[in-house]
Amino acid sequence: MASSGLELLWVSLPQLGKGAAQTLSISFLSIAFSTVGGVLYGVLRTLNVKAIDIVLRIYLELFRAIPVLVWLYLLFFGLPIFFGLSIPSFWCAVLVLSLWGASEVGEVVRGALHSLPRGQREAGLSIGLSDPQLYGYVLLPQALKRMTPPTINVYTRIIKTSSLAVLIGVVDVIKVGQQIIERTYESVLIYGALFLFFFFICYPLSAASKVLERRWAQA
Amino acid sequence: MSGLIEFKGFNKFFGEQQVLNGIDLSVESGEVVVILGPSGCGKSTLLRCLNGLEVAHSGSLRFAGKELLDKATDWRQVRQDVGMVFQSYHLFPHMSVLDNILLGPLKVQKREPREARAQAEKLLERVGLSDKRDAYPRQLSGGQQQRIAIVRSLCMNPQVMLFDEVTAALDPEMVKEVLEVIQGLARDGMTLLIVTHEMAFARAVADRVVFMEAGRILEQNTPEAFFTNPQTARAQQFLEKFSFVSTLPKKTKELELL
Amino acid sequence: MTFDYAFILSTLPAFLKAVGVTLQVGLIAIGTSLLVALINAALLVFRTPYVWRLVALYVELARNTPLLIQLFFVYFALPALGFNISGFWAAIITMTFLGGAYLTEVLRAGVEAVPLAQIESGKSIGLSDWQLLRHVILPQAGILSLPALFANFIFLLKETTVVSAVAVPEILYTTKSYIALYYKTYEMLAVLTLICVLLFLPLSLLLSRLERRLQHGQFGS
Repeated sequence: MASSGLELLWVSLPQLGKGAAQTLSISFLSIAFSTVGGVLYGVLRTLNVKAIDIVLRIYLELFRAIPVLVWLYLLFFGLPIFFGLSIPSFWCAVLVLSLWGASEVGEVVRGALHSLPRGQREAGLSIGLSDPQLYGYVLLPQALKRMTPPTINVYTRIIKTSSLAVLIGVVDVIKVGQQIIERTYESVLIYGALFLFFFFICYPLSAASKVLERRWAQA
Repeated sequence: MSGLIEFKGFNKFFGEQQVLNGIDLSVESGEVVVILGPSGCGKSTLLRCLNGLEVAHSGSLRFAGKELLDKATDWRQVRQDVGMVFQSYHLFPHMSVLDNILLGPLKVQKREPREARAQAEKLLERVGLSDKRDAYPRQLSGGQQQRIAIVRSLCMNPQVMLFDEVTAALDPEMVKEVLEVIQGLARDGMTLLIVTHEMAFARAVADRVVFMEAGRILEQNTPEAFFTNPQTARAQQFLEKFSFVSTLPKKTKELELL
Repeated sequence: MTFDYAFILSTLPAFLKAVGVTLQVGLIAIGTSLLVALINAALLVFRTPYVWRLVALYVELARNTPLLIQLFFVYFALPALGFNISGFWAAIITMTFLGGAYLTEVLRAGVEAVPLAQIESGKSIGLSDWQLLRHVILPQAGILSLPALFANFIFLLKETTVVSAVAVPEILYTTKSYIALYYKTYEMLAVLTLICVLLFLPLSLLLSRLERRLQHGQFGS
């Protein structure tokens, strides 16, 4: 039985590969957008402009209060009704994960910038730096080390949460797995394989994050 | 008669509390003004209003003839003309000494790299730290970092330099090297506004001493006049605290009289 | 866009029930996860080397895989091995598996943060290992971990929406069912959003305030 199991996996590889490509595409795109959005959020929230701060705070609390899966359904069912837009579920997932991811990365960035000594900002301003220059040359480079380990953890969570895309119809690695199970009833094998698939992607990332955290620990 | 810097009826509040109250102060070009006073009297705040790190509420602040308390003030331009050195130096730790010094001239003033670097080298030599140009701040002592911080401001060619208790965080052995640099600047005719607790230094370098308390200027005078004959009671009390050691009774007989 | 308020009102009893299920699953999961974490914390403190590695392995497996996969494995795969299980219990087991790992990490950090001096003085007045754990380590670790624990409780409560995938009648499943039955998508999504905001927003704001008050941030003080 064991040999037929592994043989089944081997035969299904192309299919699973296609599904994995979908899962990983959603993850990578969301990670990329989250990073850009997150840095923007973090910078904007440390500028101390009250109006911007309130808007961003509302955005943050909305994504914290409403679970990601609910957001997926809200956009997937809601967008066609509200705006007449029909987005393919793949992009729906990317949109939700990016917005949620950006809020998470954003809070990391904001915390890192906030933890820098206030004098750095004052010293930078005192030599006449503009705000973009201040962030680009002085603040963000210093915040980078502090931001990176927690941000990697957010990336790991984005990858795990991308699994929810199957519930709004994306044909990702889980869907493909379920299709194989329908044919072959090998649920333990397939779900076990999916389990390991995610584990071998996420574990190295979280291990790397821990190593970096230790290496760059503050004095 | 208008000076390079002019505060008139200058007021600032932190919430409910008034930290600067009706300040009238005029500083001429080339003058060295030392501001003294007890903690919390507003002397640092006064300095920080001059380069826009603090926002004032009412009154007038003129610099080189232009009113700064104006919505249209370009603080980036003002900050190039008014240099500031902080108590905790605040060098940029992720940059080398030379990069720290050149960041302003190259990115803000957009000067020719070769010219800017030449000036940086000259200034480094002047403070005796030429060999540290490629070092990182964490490799330097406090006194060295503070001297670099001064060079960083000087390289912007400011008209005025502000010093906010720049020796307060230094070990005593390093205070001298920093004060010598400041003295050099005074000798060269640079306009300096210094907040300090180093009384002997204040006495030696100031053209004028300004004494503040609770947001007000209580008295202004030449250093000799101020230190030997303070006019106000508060100034007298303040100075007494600093000359405490020298007024300790030497003989037991005097103790009995107390 | 007209809102069918009458319809919404008619569904309220069902949604109230759904909130009850959400809370039921969530609170049970929190309880069992905490139990698992306490056991793990005790095992870690008693420093049995072989066991410690097993605990670490468990934590890494649970934290680096999606809840959905774990859930499907328990719900679909276990019956193939002979265990028949309802959606509700699959949800509880899975969330305990995941929650236990997260809370173990929180308690581990809390235990490690208890000053060594405390443990030493406890030992020097003759406390047994078990007494040490109960009276010295866990209380202090508990207080230190409070914000992180609370954050993870909220996380578990929100993750209950995922168990809708195995037909547990919590708020998301109920919403989906009603949409499929009556096509009142707009109204049902509005109710769902409102419930989430009313249920989770106060908790999240409370957590923010708790975090701000105890400024032991990730980046040091």
